[in-house]
Amino acid sequence: MMSMLAVEVPYWGQSLLRVLGGIVAVLLPAGTIVYVFLFKMMSFMQSRLGPMEAGPYGSLQLVAEVGKWLQKEDIVPERADARIFKMSPIVVLLSTFLLIAVVPFGPDAWFTDFEVGIFYALAVSSLSVLGILMAGWSSANKYSLLGGLRAAGQLIAYELPMVLAVIGVIIQAGTMNLQQIVIAQNSGSMFGFSGLGNPYVITQFVGFVVFMIAIQAELTQAPFDMPIAESELVSGYMTEYSGFRFLIFFIGEFATAGVFSLIASVLFLGGWGVPFAWFGWADVDSVANWMNIVGPIIMITKMMLVAFIIMWVRFSYPRFREDQLQRFAWKVLIPVSLANIALTSIFKVVM
Amino acid sequence: MSLTDRVLGDRQRLAYIASQAADARLNVELETEGMTLNIGPQHPATHGTLRIIARLDGEQVVWAEPSCGYMHRGYEKLAEVRTYPQVTSLVNRIDWLGSFANEVPFILAAEKLMEVEAPPRAQHIRTILFELSRIANVSLFLGDLGVQMGAITPVFFAFRDREYVLNLIEGATGGRFHPNFDRIGGLKDDLPKGWIAETKAVMKKLRNFCDQIEDLLFGNEIFQSRTRGIGVIPRDIALQYGLSGANLRASGVDWDLRRDHPLPMAWNKADWKVWTHPDGDSFARCWVRLQETRESTRIVDQLLDTIPSGPIMAKVPKIIKVPEGEAWVSTENPLGEMGYYVVSRGELGPFRVKIRSASFNNISVAPWALRGVYVPDIITILASLYFILGDIDR
Repeated sequence: MMSMLAVEVPYWGQSLLRVLGGIVAVLLPAGTIVYVFLFKMMSFMQSRLGPMEAGPYGSLQLVAEVGKWLQKEDIVPERADARIFKMSPIVVLLSTFLLIAVVPFGPDAWFTDFEVGIFYALAVSSLSVLGILMAGWSSANKYSLLGGLRAAGQLIAYELPMVLAVIGVIIQAGTMNLQQIVIAQNSGSMFGFSGLGNPYVITQFVGFVVFMIAIQAELTQAPFDMPIAESELVSGYMTEYSGFRFLIFFIGEFATAGVFSLIASVLFLGGWGVPFAWFGWADVDSVANWMNIVGPIIMITKMMLVAFIIMWVRFSYPRFREDQLQRFAWKVLIPVSLANIALTSIFKVVM
Repeated sequence: MSLTDRVLGDRQRLAYIASQAADARLNVELETEGMTLNIGPQHPATHGTLRIIARLDGEQVVWAEPSCGYMHRGYEKLAEVRTYPQVTSLVNRIDWLGSFANEVPFILAAEKLMEVEAPPRAQHIRTILFELSRIANVSLFLGDLGVQMGAITPVFFAFRDREYVLNLIEGATGGRFHPNFDRIGGLKDDLPKGWIAETKAVMKKLRNFCDQIEDLLFGNEIFQSRTRGIGVIPRDIALQYGLSGANLRASGVDWDLRRDHPLPMAWNKADWKVWTHPDGDSFARCWVRLQETRESTRIVDQLLDTIPSGPIMAKVPKIIKVPEGEAWVSTENPLGEMGYYVVSRGELGPFRVKIRSASFNNISVAPWALRGVYVPDIITILASLYFILGDIDR
């Protein structure tokens, strides 16, 4: 890929280019599309039109809002721990950036090809807890503190069912590499029928449901939006943020929703691929090159689908209370996902 | 030391002692420190400027106290320098979501002193508008309930359907929020043409809205787990604190001024039911209000069919002077019992008006109901007690 540029780029330079490419090519469009699509969708669910003024049919609403936020004053509370206060939105966004690095978009269109990709993804996704806790603690605000502590408790509790749900997929695919998981789904077959491949959403349905609930909580979307809880905690950990730093939190929320949707579609919906049986491909090397163009489109479509489910739930459910939320994680989700792992292992050994 | 200083001082001292006691309780078990959380005066959940001082142990409330007065507008005092017809435009603004209902008890009190009675047609239209303002008020409560618990969709349905009711009120009175339509001895105007048919169509929409809210919110497991068994106010406590309206009926007290209190209004001409709930928890309060909205649409429907013909204004002099005397009239307003004690010295304006507003008493039970709950439950309990700031502070 780098040879196309006809210049020798050192390794760090290549990495930097890939990261910048990741931001420009994926994250910003993902955040924008998810934002505009979801806000329009939410508006129609609530029997209103939503943004209509900025751009044709309100499609440039995000640009207008970024302009608005950039003009606002960047306020740091007097008693706040200024350095940490300024750093924490970046930490939250960083975890999103790091997440996108392992998501494959086509047979050759990926940023990094980790052997332990999913392990890495789950690890860096919990970085955002750190940022949220930093924001909550450093704001010198009681609401922020409560929000930060709630976030910490919640995100740690829901990390576990998420990991356990993913283990089922790993057992079935036999690999932790996200690219290999995509290929395993698309070249696989269900009970000898290969016309659909083997999207794990069917064979790992329980895992999919647990994963969706867990990412709902990871993203702090309703019914798990206790850390933000605008009717109780004003805005939770982001109460004191304004201007650009609030924007980072705000965009980060939607971008993270997009990225988690991408990961969910890689793990459960077959990722960028179409069932290989359709075109008679045998493995990743025989996949046609045009899939590098079509693959990202398929990925974005699936991302929208998953993001739609996330937001659908978000806009229709009231929120849990903190203790009910913990009880749900430890008493329902974890036993269910453990049973799922046991069942998957048994099937893997038997079949 | 002036009287207010002493009272405030006592109050603060009591609060201090209570907080010390709360801290002492915390320190016995674990070496933890309590935290005082000021919810309000500026807070998204208090829809107004109510301040709740909550002493927390972690997320649990050790004691909490509402501190009101941030929105005091002095209507009782202002009424003393207004003539009787002018007072209605003041009291309109007490419970600003159901404005017309505020005018009625004051006008009834003035009529009682003057010993006039509105003609039957005016009584009917008054009752219809009264119930419409109840629907406008409570339908917003039903939507707002979702927002307080994080579900943002119901409130948009509520605003959409309340708009129909406000349009009706505007069509009849000319004012969406502050109709100022009630007059001593009758009403300002008769109903416009086509209003009755339109109202019937809107009542159908409102019943649909109630079904929608019941499906979307009341049937939701999370909503039920957030409200059932939370903020239980037993029957005797509810009576002791002087709760009224749906809050009292949700505690199992079958008490409704519309039915129990004979007034020159048309409620007894319709067939309707007073709903009660034995539980007394947040869910019961919300449920009773939902049922009341349905009953109100039924009342309006029936009264529309039986509006008598005739004048809308009794014979009253051009310049209204109310004879000397004292009168107390209270009605079942959207928020609970609202009453006016009017003292007249035979002048153009009242000598003294005491306003008994429902929210002030309803919120007084908060310290009792909020003990030991979690922070999120503060919001649900207060939301289910349903206060309006103008109604607390007057």
